[in-house]
Order: sequence, then structure tokens, then C-alpha cells
Amino acid sequence: MTAATLGALASHWMRNRVQFLTLVVGLALATALWSGVQAINAEARASYDAAAAALGEGRLDQLVPANGETMPQERFIALRRAGWLVSPVVEGRLRAGTSTLRLVGIEPLTVPVGAAASAALANTDLAGFLEADTLMAGPEAADVLRGALPNPVIVDASIASGTVIADIGVAQELLDRGGRISRLVVSPVQPLRQRPLAEVAPDVVLQRADGASDVGRLTDSFHLNLTAFGFLSFAVGIFIVHGAIGLAFEQRRGMVRTLRALGIPLDRLIVLMILELVVLALLAGGIGILLGYLVAAVLLPDVAATIRGLYGADVAGTLQIRPVWWLSGLAMAVGGALVAAASALWRLSRMPILASAGGRAWAVASGRGRSIQAAAALFLLAAAGGLAVMGAGLVAGFAILACLFLGGALALPLCLAVILKTGQDRSSGVLPQWFWADSRQQLPGLSLALMALLLAMAANVGVSTMVSSFRLTFTGFLDQRLSAELYVDAAGVDDRAALERFLDTRADEIQPILSVETELAGLPAELYGARIGRTYRENWRFLAAEADVWDRVADGEAVIVNEQLSRRAGLGLGDRLAAAPGLALPIAGIVGDYGNPIGQAIVSETLFRQAYPAVSAARFGLRTDNPEALRRALVDEFGLPSSSIIDQAAIKRFSLSVFERTFSVTEALNVLTLAVAAFSILMSLLTLAAMRLPQLAPVWAMGVTQRRLAGLEVLRTVLLALLTAVLAIPLGLLLAWVLLAVVNVEAFGWRLPMFLFPLEYGRLILLTLAAALLAASWPAWRLSRMAPASLLKVFAHER
Amino acid sequence: MLLEIDDITKSYPGPDGPVPVLRGVTLALGLGESLALTGESGSGKSTLLHLVAGLDGADSGRILLDGADVTALDDRGRAALRRTKVGIVFQQFNLIPSLDIAANIAFQARLGGAPDAERTAGLTKALGLEPHLRKYPEQLSGGQQQRVAIARTLAASPRLILADEPTGNLDEKTSDEVMDQFLALVAETGAALLMVTHSPRLAAKLGRHAHLSQGRLA
Amino acid sequence: MNARFRSLLLVLWLACGGTAFAQGFAGLGTDAEGFAMPQPGHVFSFPQDHGAHPDFRIEWWYVTANLSGPDGTPYGLQWTLFRSALKPGEAEGWESPQVWFGHAAVTSATVHKAAERFGRGGTGQAGVTAEPFEAWIDDWHMEGDLLGTARLSATGADFAYDVTMRAAGPLVFHGQDGYSVKSAAGQASHYYSQPFFEVEGTLTLPEGEIPVRGTAWLDREWSSQPLAETQSGWDWFSLSFADGDKLMGFRLRDAAGGDFTSATWIEADGTTTPYGDGALVATPLEESQVAGRAVPTRWRVILEDKGLDVTVAALNSQAWMGLTVPYWEGPVIVSGSHEGRGYLEMTGYEAP
Repeated sequence: MTAATLGALASHWMRNRVQFLTLVVGLALATALWSGVQAINAEARASYDAAAAALGEGRLDQLVPANGETMPQERFIALRRAGWLVSPVVEGRLRAGTSTLRLVGIEPLTVPVGAAASAALANTDLAGFLEADTLMAGPEAADVLRGALPNPVIVDASIASGTVIADIGVAQELLDRGGRISRLVVSPVQPLRQRPLAEVAPDVVLQRADGASDVGRLTDSFHLNLTAFGFLSFAVGIFIVHGAIGLAFEQRRGMVRTLRALGIPLDRLIVLMILELVVLALLAGGIGILLGYLVAAVLLPDVAATIRGLYGADVAGTLQIRPVWWLSGLAMAVGGALVAAASALWRLSRMPILASAGGRAWAVASGRGRSIQAAAALFLLAAAGGLAVMGAGLVAGFAILACLFLGGALALPLCLAVILKTGQDRSSGVLPQWFWADSRQQLPGLSLALMALLLAMAANVGVSTMVSSFRLTFTGFLDQRLSAELYVDAAGVDDRAALERFLDTRADEIQPILSVETELAGLPAELYGARIGRTYRENWRFLAAEADVWDRVADGEAVIVNEQLSRRAGLGLGDRLAAAPGLALPIAGIVGDYGNPIGQAIVSETLFRQAYPAVSAARFGLRTDNPEALRRALVDEFGLPSSSIIDQAAIKRFSLSVFERTFSVTEALNVLTLAVAAFSILMSLLTLAAMRLPQLAPVWAMGVTQRRLAGLEVLRTVLLALLTAVLAIPLGLLLAWVLLAVVNVEAFGWRLPMFLFPLEYGRLILLTLAAALLAASWPAWRLSRMAPASLLKVFAHER
Repeated sequence: MLLEIDDITKSYPGPDGPVPVLRGVTLALGLGESLALTGESGSGKSTLLHLVAGLDGADSGRILLDGADVTALDDRGRAALRRTKVGIVFQQFNLIPSLDIAANIAFQARLGGAPDAERTAGLTKALGLEPHLRKYPEQLSGGQQQRVAIARTLAASPRLILADEPTGNLDEKTSDEVMDQFLALVAETGAALLMVTHSPRLAAKLGRHAHLSQGRLA
Repeated sequence: MNARFRSLLLVLWLACGGTAFAQGFAGLGTDAEGFAMPQPGHVFSFPQDHGAHPDFRIEWWYVTANLSGPDGTPYGLQWTLFRSALKPGEAEGWESPQVWFGHAAVTSATVHKAAERFGRGGTGQAGVTAEPFEAWIDDWHMEGDLLGTARLSATGADFAYDVTMRAAGPLVFHGQDGYSVKSAAGQASHYYSQPFFEVEGTLTLPEGEIPVRGTAWLDREWSSQPLAETQSGWDWFSLSFADGDKLMGFRLRDAAGGDFTSATWIEADGTTTPYGDGALVATPLEESQVAGRAVPTRWRVILEDKGLDVTVAALNSQAWMGLTVPYWEGPVIVSGSHEGRGYLEMTGYEAP
């Protein structure tokens, strides 16, 4: 009996090969979309981790002497014995023949993972490194060293040119700095207990890793963007699978009735149908995963390039088949298929054995179904609103996204019905009236496909808006924060006063960057001292500020805080902030500080130097008309290593190129999502085509040509797609708003301003219309070429 | 003559080559005349009706309607013919489910570009459809639906009315009621009526009678 | 990356001098040139021998403690300072060839936390002084009197402990007056213990501070000789029985077959009976999956001469020291002919 039943069930597919194909292709495409995004996501995550490990010690906090260039080695011992996991570094200029190299002495046993030297150390044997006074350098510097020094030299291409790495003992001797260290690198993991820094080593200052952390935050946001996209694509996929499965079940109601009448128990039938479904889903899921792999493989070089760009670190650009995404792809196919089949199976199980099999079109929702759907949509949208007002945390943020997404999808058929009814009421011609009325009639059959289209569109609008807003904001932020033409890293400079004197004569304006790690309003924060000149006045943009903000700050009467501090401490304009002991000033401005995890306050340089006389500027921003000349002067005349001079134009170029790559990946995924949505429309249209004939044939019989009817069919699909696309834009903007103003705030502590990109949305609508046009063309072409006999069958009286 | 059918043949493709359905049928019908076309199942009577309506093309022979050759018309011309000169009443009613009754009744007349509100109102009243104008086809009984189909056809004022088992889906009592109303209304308009039926009782109500057997008129 | 570097260091060191961790590294080089060799008949002199012996390759100060919380919940702690010499002798500053590293762990039936530290001799970051006695690496300490009162502390990212140990008995010497043979070929170490510490102090775990009491056992061992090339790892037991007697026993597993065992029976007053190869029989009864490998966590231990036939079961089978060199170390519960508690260390169980 089982074999015969299975044979009967399978025979349906043999007779309806196109339907079988659409089911398998639909499931496969949905899985492909999901697993493609997952593959890219997983690969990006893995690459981040690899790249993060390869990053230099710019990511690590450092302890530097509060005064002077070096500190006694005893600070290292005292801090270690007080529970601080720090590693000593001595750094200086090494004369080797006629050249000068930067010699960095490290302590290999304590140097934290992620420090700059660790990559080079990985290839070395410790005994040789420690015992034989070995030096490590890149190929060019190694040649110089071999000619000038007796020490053995190991060549390692990963070491920056002009830099030499040695054991700290060796370096101290070569630099003639016995018992002195330049700084201490702080391990990211610290023990549970340690004595306060001020008690153990009052003459050192904690310098938070910055610069690199901006990049870190940036990648976090990109990551979040991908996660959101994965989530949205999952929802799109579920809708498509639902459509395909629902159809397959409804069309076999007649067969089920017959089989039951022939004596096959209902439960056995349902088990067999589930079995059949699982086999189909696994087949289609497997194909989908392969497709997803191909998609990811095509897109991945861009992702790898993005990450390479972000970190400047080389990461593998090849795709690995990771169990996490192919398993989730199969789970998505099978799980989605079963969820989609649940309601159909339930209905089959409740269907009286003698019920008419063909009475109801498969997706025509009853009035009750429609009102349930409306109630669910309203509930979900209300829940999204409620969560936006009352919810807190990242989970609430994602819950809002989910509610909006589902609620929006469920509300779509109702919105479309209202619009079509309005169109019908307002049209006067007989064909237009019929067109509107008939479009309404088609709505239930197309609604799942249209929902998928809505979600694909909304996801596109939302993600594009988020990425574009991020880009605009970040570019503005870079303009503001990297306003000087050149930046000089003074960490390795022995005599900073001499550097400042040198710069005074060469640069148009010098901005010493003074900062100290402290607590503000009870929260960990940084205090900056700024020399307020035209640069700050011209370039900085505030989220909120009083009119004379810079004058008041320059006069030492006010303080500027970043958004993070303002939000977390609940401080607004005019509130007083204790910037330093005995120094409480009103807040005159709040600035956006994207990429900074902690709070920040800015006071005038004078106030800063009064409060922290021991801290000297670790970096200088330089304004000049001729950056190249100044750069050469610093290198040739002052002897700064060129790696300590940062060209801000290069940084900006670099940051923008990162966004361009992010864009190209996002865009490719956008096109892919739309393509899948278009396929689901095509599938629905093909399915409906047979059911459409009885509705079209009378109109044809009354004198409307097949060609005209086909034209109207295309127009109808394009109209529905257009309406859906237009409705998707507000939904997408809402999603973007949630991503920028809720999720981002919860995840990173700052809110991204939202910008609108009407041209971009217009382009997306055109793309959607083109997709709908393509999807509708084939069924319409078939209709226009149909033999009259096929239409006449509608009128045949089979009694 | 309004309608002249001249030696029409038609075959449809079958699994073992073409299957002849009409093997040379010749027939004429004048305005105000009514003709019942009877025959066995598969005798070709519906096919003949479809050819006259321009729903399908003949293999050979001519069909002249008001002196114009229907068989020579292209798709567009046949569609225009159906909009203006011919009205069809189907066995399955074939109403448009998305439109309400009022819109269904007015549909063909408006398609043909000659809506006549007075005439439509009169037909609606005569067929007892006034209470149902805002309803949709699925809410009506079979008899009511066929009355709507009749009203739709007559409202367009066609010169030739074609009916294919118009009461075949109705019970005998309803069938007689609808048929009487139908014939009376057709007679009022003065149009010609060509009706396919398998019922001798109904055929007897029409002025002329022709019998098709194996694609030929007996 | 850096971890790899450290592994290289450890490979180098272990190949030359490691005993406890030498599994899998044997054969990379077994000469012991330049280093002092353990000699039978060495006369211990204290407090000097509590301090470091830089002429030997390898040395450790190894404390394990079985503790109970206020509600009787059993805990265990480990504190180990290892010394490893790249070449014999000591020098000032960064020139010192001495490398130090520390392991610390806290274990309960459900939790096991471990941490490690690295440092170099010569700078003061890590070292051992004999008089007054102090062993330290960073902020981890053992200091005081090993026959009187000593303090012990360590902290990791998510745990810490601070305990006071009071010696309630004498030092104990293993093997032949502290000359402990490790293989049939004669590899050996100097080995003594202080197994009579009574302990009181505080454990700090993420859930809060827990006052604890119990007993601790200090092992001191130094050598320059590697294990025999075919020895693949060891299983080491320190057991304290309810009647006050104690047992130190180990089994060195040999890939060539024929395990090498050794044991010391310690009576409550410190009287010892050493046992050579074969007297102690330790048989795994049950294995647990730990860190992707099978590790025996229930044992049958027999020392026929003392009528000992006990089952030794791990308090927490997942007491895995997932450090640069990984191994299993945790508290055990003893039942059978004798009841008691103790510690078990197992090395050389490789993941497949």
C-alpha cells in the first residue's frame, strides 16, 4: 500500500513537470539566497578573527611614561608583581653603518598575542633569539644590519621596513639604555585582581589604543549590516518556500480525496507526504547550497578585499565550505518546507473525505483568514511600535525588526486591496474597471510572492540606507577628525619639545593631541586638550552646540563632550561636568564620535596642561599647504621615521575605498534578492495561469483579443509590483531607522544620522519593475499565443 | 440574410491525426428568426457555434454575417465582431467573478461602446435582477446567474445571439422559466437566435430546427 | 601566533629536561650536556634546597590542595611554579638563561578554571629565594616557612585564591632518600614533599568569595634528565587517607609497553616506605571525553604491601588545564579499602 501510495503521490510530479521544477527551483533559490548570505557572513567573521589576531599592537593599550621618554625597568617588575599583565618595549634609533633604523626591543615571554612583533616571533626559535643576541628585520634592513653589526640576523618579510626587532636585553644594550624601557604594552586580558595603577606606578599614563579601534568599530558595523541582511534574506526565503509548498499541497487535494476514498488511512497519507516533502526539501536544499556557494564564491573576492582593505592585513580570499552555513541551509530548506506545509497538512487532515477538491483556489483566503491576517499585522506593527518606545537592548532592537518585517508583509495584501478598490472605484472605462477588479481577484494568489517582493525590496532599501548613511556620516566624521593635512606620531620621539620647536617654524598650525585616560561623571572616559585654532572652528560639526562654543572652550569656560558621554551620563548642553579635579565646566557642545567605545571630553590645551602637567602630546596634527614638503623635511631634517607620519588624505581615500567595496557586496546581494523575488512572482503567475483561463475566456469571448488580454496581464503584474515597491519604501526606511537609531545605539552607543537617497530608491523601483516585467512576460506570451481551442475548453460542457 | 454558413469544414488535431468535426455544413438565418441546433454529443454543434462567433477559425468554407466574411477576419476583426454584432450565452454562465452583477450586466455593452442605460435597466427589471445588482456572481443561484448572462448579452444589442445549452446547468422548472424569459426578450429585440441544445422539448420552442449528425446537417 | 612561539619554547625545554610534560616530545634531543645531574646520595640541606637549583635544567614547586567550603562543598586548588634553564647557571638582568612559568587552577565538581604566567629570571619578575623562602611569578606567591606557616596566592582572569598553609608534619623524601628513579634506564630526579599542610583561606570565583579549609601537599623536584625516549606520559597520584596515612604514586606510560611505577607510603608521623617499579598497580576503570580526547577519570589503585585497594575518582572529570601545554589535573575522591581525598595529574593523553 505504501509503495502504491508513494507512486500515486509521485505520479503527480511526473504529470506536472513544470510544477515540480518550480517547487524544486523555488526551494533551491530560497536556500541559495540564505546560504549564500550565510557563507559570506561566516567567511567574513572568520576573516575578521584571523585579521584581528594579525593586527599590530595599535589595538593594544599602552602605559607610557608621564614625563620623559623612558621609564625604569622596575616599573615593569612592580606592575607585574601587582597583577598587571604588561610587557616591556624599548624603542630607539639604531645607527647601522650609514643608515638609521628603528630598533624595537621586546620581551618574548610576556608580549601579548596581537602585538606587532608576535607574527615575526612565531617563526623563530626562542633559544636562538634569546641567547645569540639575534636581530630580526625585513630583507632590506637585514642587509644593512649584516654589514654593520656582528649579531646574527633573521630575515622576516612581515616586519615593517626600517624596523629591527630584538630581545629587550639586546636592544637595551645596542641603544645604550640599560635598565630603561620606552613603554609597556597592556595585555587585553587582565586578572581578576590588581592593585590600582596610580598606587603601583604613579608616573605612567594609560594610553588607550585609538585609531585602530575606529577601524574595529567600523568592521563591527559592517558585520552587523551583514547579519541584518542574513536575517532579512531568511525571511524572504521563508515566504518563497511557503508559496511553493502550499501550492504543491493544494493542487493535490483531489488526489488525496481519491486515495482516501480508496482506503488509505489519513495518518499514513500524511506521514508519506511529509516524507516526500523532506526528500524534496533535501534535494532542493542541496542544489540551493551549491548555488549559494557559487554566489558566495563570486561575491567573496569583494568581501575579502573589503576586509583586506579594512585591516591592511592579508586574509584568505578563498571560500571554505563551513558546516555552519551548509547545515543551516539544509535546515532552512527542510524546516521552512515543513513549516510551510504544516497548515496545508492540517487542512488536509480536516478535509471531509467527500469534499469538493477543486472548489477553492489554493491561496484564496477566506474572509475569516483575511481578518486574522489583518489582526496579526496590526498586532505585530503595534508590538514594533511598543518595543521602540519601551524596549531596551539589542534583542529588543532585533525584535522590532522582526515585528516590522512580518507585520509589514502581512499588511501588504490588505493595503493592496484597498488601493485596488480605490482604483476600481475611480476608473470609468469598462476594461479599466474590469482590470482593477480582476487585479483584486488575483491578489490572494499572488500575495505570497508579492510579500516576498516587499520584503526583498524593504531589505534592500533598509540596508542601502543604512550603509549609505554610515558612509556619509563617517566621511563627514573623517573630515572633522582628520582635518589636518599631516599627523605625526610622537611616541618614538625622544625630545618632543625639539619636535615642537621644529614644527613651529615649518607648519602653518600645530595641533598637539593631548589625552589622558580618566573617569568622567563616574564613567571611564578620555579627556582631550585641544589647541583651538581655525581648524577646529572650521571643520567640527556638532550634534548640538551653543553659539560661541569654541570661544568659550578656548577661554577655559566650557567643555565639549561626545555623544557617548552625553548619552550615558545623561548630560545635555549647559550641564556641568567635572573635567578634572576641581574643574567643573558647563557643556557647550556635543559632537558625534563614531567608532569610539567610551566617553570623551575636550577642554582647552591650557586647562589640560594645568590639570595634567606631566602628560605631553603623543601626536600632532599639522596644517600646511605643502604636506609633501613638510613630510620630507620631517624625515630628512628631523629624522622622523616616515612610518610615524600619517597622510590624512591617504586615510580618507582608504576609508572610502572600504565603503565602495562594502557597497558592491551589498548591491550584488540586493540584485540577488530581487531576482529571487521575481522568480517567485513568475512561479505564482505560471501556477495561476491555468486557473486564470475561466476568468479570461469570457472576456475574450466578448471581444477582447488575446494579445490585449496578455498586455493587461503584464500591466497587472507590473502594477502590483509597482504598488508593492512603493509600499516597500516606507517599510525599508523604518527598518533602516531601527538599524541606525535603535540597533546601532544599543550595539555601539552612538546613533547614526539617517539620510535619504531618493535616486537610489527610484533605481530600486525601476529594477523591481524590470524584474516583474520579466517575470510576467513569459506567462503573458503563452497566453497571447494560446490556441483558441484551449480557451474554448472553458465553455465545453462536460456533464 | 443575416447569417450565411456555406460548406464549412473543421477538424481538430487528435492523437491519431486530425479528427473531422464539421464535414461541410451549410445554413442560413435571417433577422427575427430562431433556429435550434440539435445533435448527439460530439456532433459538432458547439464547434459550429464557436465558428460563427469568430472564437475559432474554420478549415474551409465561408461564414457571412451581415454580408461580411467572418472567416476572412483576423483576430482583431473577430474580436470586434464579438464586441458589436454577436452575443453569446454559455452553458456555464461565464460571468466575471470579480465584478458585481450591475457591472457584469453592463460589461459587454460597454465593451462594444454602445451602453444603453434604459435598455439595461429594462432588462434587469424584466429578468428580476434588481435586488441583486450589488451582489457578486458567487452569491447567486444558477438560474439567477444565467439571467445575468442573458441580460449581459441582450444589453449589448447584438444582431445575432448565440446560445450554447443556456439552461443545461439548470433544473427543469428553472430551465423552462429562464428559457421563456429569454425567448420573449430575444423576440422583442428582433435579433436572430442560434441555439444549441440537446433537448427536443426546448428545440420545439424555437421557430426552426436543424439536426447535426457526424458533422453534417441531417 | 604568540602561543605558537611559546609552544616552541616549551618543546625545546621539555625535550631537554621536562619530565612531567615530556610526552610526545621525547626524541627531539636527549643530551644533558653542561647541566648538573641528579646524584644518588645527595644530602639535602635546608633552607638552601627550598630555593632554585639553576645548574639543573628543570625544577618545580608544586602545590595541590583539597579544600571544603562552609557547606562542605569540595574544592581543589593548584599552584605551580616551573623553572626551566636554557643553559646552566644564573645571570643578572635579561642575560639570565632561566625561564619561569606558573600554572594556577581552582576546581569544584562543576567548575574548573586555570591560568598561566610566563617570565624571565634575572629581572625580579619571577624567581625563588630560599631564605626567607619566597617563590613567585608576577603577583602569584608562595612565601613563609615550609615547616611553619606559608601564604599562597594566585589570580586569573576569572578566579583568585589566597590561603595560609600550616605545616603539621615533617618533609618527606621519595625514592632513595630523595633520589627518585623515573625509568628502568635510570633517569631520575631529586624529589621531596611537604604533604602535611593544613590550609585556611578564601577562593574567589565569579559567584563570589568562598571561605575554605583543608589540606595541601607541596612537591619539590629538580632534574636535568629527560624521560626515556619511549615514555609517553604519566599518571601521578597524591592521596591522603582518613587515618592520616598518605600515598604518592606515579605510573610512567611507555609506548614500548611495560609501564614504570613508583610509590612512597607516608605514615601520619612522616615515616616513609619507598616502593620501586611494579609494587604500585594503577588501572584505568573509566574514561571521560575531555577537550576532544579520552582521559581516564576513574582508577583502581593497588599497593598490596599496605593492603591498599581503592577506587580513585575525579571530583570533576573536566579538570583540563587548557594551557600552552595542556594536561589534566584535578582533585580526586578515594574509596575502597581506604577512604580519603587527593590529587591526580595526567599528561600525554593526545587528542585523536
